[in-house]
Amino acid sequence: MRHLLSAGDLSRDEAVLVLDTAAELALVGDRSVKKLPTLRGRTVVNLFYEDSTRTRTSFELAAKRLSADVVNFSAKGSSVSKGESLKDTALTLQAMGADGVVIRHSASGAAHRLAGWVDGSVLNAGDGTHEHPTQALLDAYTMRSRLGRLEGLRVAVVGDILHSRVARSNVLLLTTLGAHVTLVAPPTLLPVSVHTWPCEVSYDLDAVLPKTDVVMMLRVQAERMHDSFFPSVREYSRGYGMHGERLARMPEDAIVMHPGPMVRGMEISAEVADSPRCTVTEQVANGVSLRMAVLYLLLGGS
Amino acid sequence: MHARKPAGGSEPADTSPVPGTRAVLDGSEINRALTRIAHEVLERTKGGRDVTLLGIPSRGVPLARRLAERIELVENLTVPHGSLDVTMYRDDLRSAPVRTLKRTEIPAGGLDDRVVVLVDDVLFSGRTVRAALDALNDLGRPRAVQLAVLVDRGHRELPIRADYVGKNLPTSLRESVTVRLDETDGDDAVLLGPARPRPGTTEGKDV
Repeated sequence: MRHLLSAGDLSRDEAVLVLDTAAELALVGDRSVKKLPTLRGRTVVNLFYEDSTRTRTSFELAAKRLSADVVNFSAKGSSVSKGESLKDTALTLQAMGADGVVIRHSASGAAHRLAGWVDGSVLNAGDGTHEHPTQALLDAYTMRSRLGRLEGLRVAVVGDILHSRVARSNVLLLTTLGAHVTLVAPPTLLPVSVHTWPCEVSYDLDAVLPKTDVVMMLRVQAERMHDSFFPSVREYSRGYGMHGERLARMPEDAIVMHPGPMVRGMEISAEVADSPRCTVTEQVANGVSLRMAVLYLLLGGS
Repeated sequence: MHARKPAGGSEPADTSPVPGTRAVLDGSEINRALTRIAHEVLERTKGGRDVTLLGIPSRGVPLARRLAERIELVENLTVPHGSLDVTMYRDDLRSAPVRTLKRTEIPAGGLDDRVVVLVDDVLFSGRTVRAALDALNDLGRPRAVQLAVLVDRGHRELPIRADYVGKNLPTSLRESVTVRLDETDGDDAVLLGPARPRPGTTEGKDV
């Protein structure tokens, strides 16, 4: 494994190795000295062309806990605003000796292109509406630590599948790990090619919930919507929002996940968001351990 | 770390479960060595009240557990024991493919002001122990750190020595020492065989 571009590139063994490594590294977060010397002298560049708090800080913290030097680069206030292309930026970073590049970009495939230009490892931290593999890995990690298994788990991914990189990465990874995924969304928010994905599709959330162990709510990505995909927020929320009554209809140990940021009142009600069965903050905490695992596995060896 | 599997060899095996190797310690000898070490630990630490045993994976961990059991038998004293994975602190991470992490389990109560006895199977270059000392640094501040090994095979590359040694085994660098334990390999034995091909002189089972 040299780059992490797509959750679909991981074999079952590789994915399990990442999760197991993350489980060991999670213990570092409980210690008084939350730091390991493993990546001392290595440089990780956070190349963020799109706004992000969670993912960028998570990667930054993960790299710092492994003692790597971290350079944060955001498109705002850099030479990108003067018109520099992705390739030239990549070559600049390359010349500065980056061992790993974490890239977030609004264009699908950006990470893949970058991997062809730089010598270091490329970690896809979200490219357009394509993939977000570390999010899928930390979601799988959270499911495994909460429910004890992934094999045979029934997962429903609900909401704006069309614009979601999290959905695609999760479908690919969870299928590899033996879980059954059902996508639930209004027809307008499903990609045209969804029938080729290794999962089931439903338009009816209430029919899916009683036989679901994990429900993953996705944010409606208004910033990527240039058409109207549903009549009103209220109608969307009534059909596809998670609220207390729906939660009650799920199996007792079922959990509600959300990759964040949440829009309360839209896809998730405040009642559910604050319930102990909602794992949002747990996912954030697991994200750091998981990204440490990925950085170690990509940059730690020869 | 893996069981040392010698790369072939023509030497006939006597009482050795692995072809091409020679047994230098059998099960009962390992037992006696561990019992002696347990007594030495009690003696040197004046009753072992503050002792915490930390095994270095893989084979140091069952050895630490066995020492704890023996101390309990002798002195009727429960000694906390755990494991300390040193992978992230190794100095040869970049010269090999990425290594799988092992378990670190620090006994409840932590390491501050304890006498930590590190336990491993073979002491060789001393680099694993160096890594373990660095790891300990991040976990607490023990009052003292000591080292117990089942076999000291010599060839130190760092100024490190063991406080308790099961057997001093003078070896050549062309030989390999394999420790087999019931818990990990199905039987107890220390075997001497021809060296396996190694990427670097300090790779593998060295302590």
